[in-house]
Amino acid sequence: MKYSYFPGCSLERNASAYHVSAMAIAEPLGMEFIEVDDWNCCGATEYISLNLTASYALIARNLAQASKETSTKQLVAPCSACYLNLKKCDAYMKESPSLEEKINTALAAGGLSYKGGTLKVRHLLDVVVNDIGYDAIAAKVTKPLKGLRVAPYYGCMIVRPKLGENGTFDNPEYPTTLDKLLKVLGATVIDFPLKAHCCGGHMTQISESTGFELIRRLIKGATDYKADLIVTLCPMCQLNLDAFQGAMNSHFNTSYHMPVLYFTQMIGLAFGMDAASLGIGTELVDARAALAKIGVEVPEAELVVKKPPKEALPMPSMPEEK
Amino acid sequence: MSKERIGVYVCHCGSNIAGTVDVAEVSRWAGEALKDRGVVVSRDYKFMCSSLGQELIQKDIQEQGLTRVVVAACSPHLHEQTFRNACKEGGLNPYLCELVSIREQCSWIHPDKAVGTEKAKAIVSGGVEKVIWDEPLEPLRVPINPVTLVVGGGIAGIQAALEVANAGYPVIMVEREPSIGGHMAQFDKTFPTLDCAACILTPRMVEVGSHPNVKLFTYAEVTNVSGYVGNFQVTIKQKARSVDTDLCTGCGICQEKCPKKVIDPVFEAGLGYRKAVYTPFPQAVPKYPVIDRENCTYFLKGTCRACEKFCPTGAIDFTQEDEYFTVDVGQIILATGWDLFDARRIPQYGYGRLANVFTSLEFERLTNAAGPTGGKVVLRDGVTVPKSVAIIHCVGSRDKNYNPYCSAICCMQSLKFAHLVHERTGAEVYNFYIDMRTPAKGYEEFYQRVLEEGTHFIRGKVAEITDAARYPGEEGKLIVQAENTLVGKQMRVPVDMVILSAALEPRHDFKEVARLFGISCSEEGWLIERHPKLDPVATMTEGIYIAGCAQGPKDIPASVAQGAAAAARVVGKIQQKEITMEPIRASINQDKCSGCRICNNMCPFNAISFIEDRMVSEVNPALCQGCGTCVAACPAGAISGTVFSDQAILAQLDGLLLNNLKAIDLTPA
Amino acid sequence: MSTVSVSLTQEGSRKKSFLEEVIEHTPGDCRLSSCIQCGTCGGSCPSGQDMDHTPRAIFAMISAGLKKDVLKSNTPWFCVSCYYCMVRCPQSVHITDIMYTLKRLAIQEKMYDDSKAPDFSKTFIEWVENYGRAFELGLMSMHMIKHNPFGVFKMAGMGMGMISKGRMAFTPTRIKGMDSLKAILNKAKELEAMA
Repeated sequence: MKYSYFPGCSLERNASAYHVSAMAIAEPLGMEFIEVDDWNCCGATEYISLNLTASYALIARNLAQASKETSTKQLVAPCSACYLNLKKCDAYMKESPSLEEKINTALAAGGLSYKGGTLKVRHLLDVVVNDIGYDAIAAKVTKPLKGLRVAPYYGCMIVRPKLGENGTFDNPEYPTTLDKLLKVLGATVIDFPLKAHCCGGHMTQISESTGFELIRRLIKGATDYKADLIVTLCPMCQLNLDAFQGAMNSHFNTSYHMPVLYFTQMIGLAFGMDAASLGIGTELVDARAALAKIGVEVPEAELVVKKPPKEALPMPSMPEEK
Repeated sequence: MSKERIGVYVCHCGSNIAGTVDVAEVSRWAGEALKDRGVVVSRDYKFMCSSLGQELIQKDIQEQGLTRVVVAACSPHLHEQTFRNACKEGGLNPYLCELVSIREQCSWIHPDKAVGTEKAKAIVSGGVEKVIWDEPLEPLRVPINPVTLVVGGGIAGIQAALEVANAGYPVIMVEREPSIGGHMAQFDKTFPTLDCAACILTPRMVEVGSHPNVKLFTYAEVTNVSGYVGNFQVTIKQKARSVDTDLCTGCGICQEKCPKKVIDPVFEAGLGYRKAVYTPFPQAVPKYPVIDRENCTYFLKGTCRACEKFCPTGAIDFTQEDEYFTVDVGQIILATGWDLFDARRIPQYGYGRLANVFTSLEFERLTNAAGPTGGKVVLRDGVTVPKSVAIIHCVGSRDKNYNPYCSAICCMQSLKFAHLVHERTGAEVYNFYIDMRTPAKGYEEFYQRVLEEGTHFIRGKVAEITDAARYPGEEGKLIVQAENTLVGKQMRVPVDMVILSAALEPRHDFKEVARLFGISCSEEGWLIERHPKLDPVATMTEGIYIAGCAQGPKDIPASVAQGAAAAARVVGKIQQKEITMEPIRASINQDKCSGCRICNNMCPFNAISFIEDRMVSEVNPALCQGCGTCVAACPAGAISGTVFSDQAILAQLDGLLLNNLKAIDLTPA
Repeated sequence: MSTVSVSLTQEGSRKKSFLEEVIEHTPGDCRLSSCIQCGTCGGSCPSGQDMDHTPRAIFAMISAGLKKDVLKSNTPWFCVSCYYCMVRCPQSVHITDIMYTLKRLAIQEKMYDDSKAPDFSKTFIEWVENYGRAFELGLMSMHMIKHNPFGVFKMAGMGMGMISKGRMAFTPTRIKGMDSLKAILNKAKELEAMA
């Protein structure tokens, strides 16, 4: 099946492992992704706090670009924030003729236009479980994740809010699609009560103590439930839980060690793919011990410290943390 | 020029109409512009429905020789009868009076007085054209069958049945479950007086069971209803009990010996067990058990027959089949009750996932001395006594995501739970509420009592209930998270047990019930009364009444009051011996009827039958309620309604469009 | 505490209330006037403890016309956009959308004293407006230097980790259609200013 694909800024960089693994499983699952031409940032949760019309216009440019693709009207986003922004913009434009008109006036200045409802905005997980289906996935599993205890973690924006006529593809309070998917892959799935709670979003940048507390709750929860790792589907969640886990530990003087991987990486592993080819090894909280339980070996990560190019902005110099 | 002499009366209705319609101008206009249409008198008056207003009409009929009357006032729903009576008193056939609404359809919906006045003129004009076509009619009179059907054997139905039966008239009661008693039989205590529910209910149940005027069908359902007020035919399906009630003595040996134990989802609310052959509870009426064929080993595997072997009177009969009875009744009281909201629909409250989250009905069984724990309040492990309990109000009520309405009983029920928890466990009790609603007699006093007992009241709708510990002290507890809105702070309260005061919902099969009895229900599924204030137990269908929670959530006193009220209406009708019915009926022109039978299925009152030998349809005037569905549906235009003929409606439209002011002859030939 | 009063103009007609203003600036039917003060939002909020006022209290304050107190509050800036309040609200109030409205109004009226959160949004968007895509390294370093120079030390390990794992780029990516995007955003800002 063909889909327009909106990677989003995170997948270009900090979440490249998500992108790489999504691409790796696309072929065996029969998904063809066509990247939206010259896409731009969706504005995350930032632009809407500053300027309503501009924030929608920014998102709508992507919808306009994607709607140029004639072979499919399905637009897939792997990032939950991008997914919600694209979906919300499409839904509100369809719902409100005045907003649609205003946004199109702005788009026209750049030679573009978009009609609400033209595209169907989907999250990558939705496509994998509902279009491809559990049975088709099960048929491809060659190395079941047997013995691995996983905490399925959905976060917020994939299931909330309910938008438009169709609402969400999973329950906004207690989603289960990822649980079922991981079971199909052979993992032991814990009934994770915090599965749809917040990872902290951008709070690490606004109020560290708030952000770290939200991260702590989730990491503590998964640890209390004796999970080997957390499986996620959003680059923001992965960044917060993985990259900020060390800082969170120092903040609370704790020593949690909870690896966080993407569901696409788990599918790849169960399909017998090589860990490195799925971007495994780029996580900051080492997943090797957890993955060793299912016999997956992860090569020592190659350190790719390159000399910054001359255009690079300065990084503050600072002593190495212990 | 019409040959009729028409009087037009425009009502001010205080300022209800006069506020946005220039009534004097409408009256003046009608007198002048509609003079050629036969209007000889035109007046406006402050309250046409007052005695003086009515006398005005009577006087004009007598002095001016009026042959038709048009009153422009409120909806016919309210005062049509008033003005028809006034005409009758004045010596005019009451059906030659038209009441047109310039209030609900005009003054109440138009803010602009000029627009309102013009519209009122058009409405009056339409009424004048319509009244010209009206014909003198006589009301229909039909005898009434004194037998009354009561559907539902809960407290509302029991009260209704006893009132009618004690008045000396026969009652047939149909109950779906093996015993009457309804939800009230599941409770231990009733608020606010804390009477023992069984102590006050079971005498009534016994009275119903042994009353010479009551014929009781339990484990039975109504499957078909036809006929009309005074003369309904009702089909009752008696499900096979597999027990011969002529032989059974209710000794209970079968239940004792039955080896198959199943969870009882109805009477024990899923919190206890019963056998495959069972009476729901010891005081059941009737005392005869039933065999639950879906769970009985004999019906599943063909062997066992333990009950049969041990029955001392040989009453077990595996060969019994469902039976159908047709009964004639004059009136029907529906007291079909309510279902409990399925708390699993709110995943964040954890019901079904977290063992010690209970529903209100489960808790009722937990406190009941005859319940699964003998009245001990314990956690789901069956032994541990909780040290702290949270009671959550408004679960599935007052919430647009589930049910927008207030379930009316939850506040008081939750206060009762708080008291019972205190009394039986000494635990700390936290009641989470949005608003405390204790409006009936003795209710506020009960709230005071519970306050004094030391219950913690937290004003805030609970956000979630979780077992995920966040802070020390929360491990192994259920954590109730909410905002204490009176403090403006988020709280996490760790407790051992949570009770969800779940919403009262319409019965799951409300649509089927409404269709079967030809009555309407609200968007949520509550059966609709004829008037929300002044006719609370009648329905829009003559002869069918509603009582108890089928009409909307309510507590025991209110259910009993409605049961009695419905019975009073029924008895009143029976004593009239015959019923006066509106003569507005549909009739089929058999020359035009093509025999397509479209109307047959459309009729909501099953009044149209097909005459096979003549290949035409025919309306039974006694069944027809004059709703007009068939008139509109007939592709051949063969059906017309008395006083609503095509010509009369077209004339009224012409009047509304003021075509009658042009020189076109619209008068009946 | 100050007394709340409804202000009337000389003609006796009421001025537009703050409640009406908030509703007007929120896209769609936000249903704010239906709030029954039940506190589901305040109970659900993951960052509720750090807010000056719970969302529910903010709604009561909006309704009471306490514009200054509302726009000075840190509440909207602590909203993490988790949308729990919105799906749980028994009155279907679009709470998260209203929080965004309050942020915009606070910036517009220059009411919110702590510039950290608004600056984060602004810095984020500056990169987007100039390059078309977000630039994490630039954003984080610029934001930190301004608002939390000491936090830099705390985060250094994380930053180095990200760089060493190839998860942070040193340069931003610029999209091809930058001129078109700028034209669109300029037009949009013009339209917003007119509203």
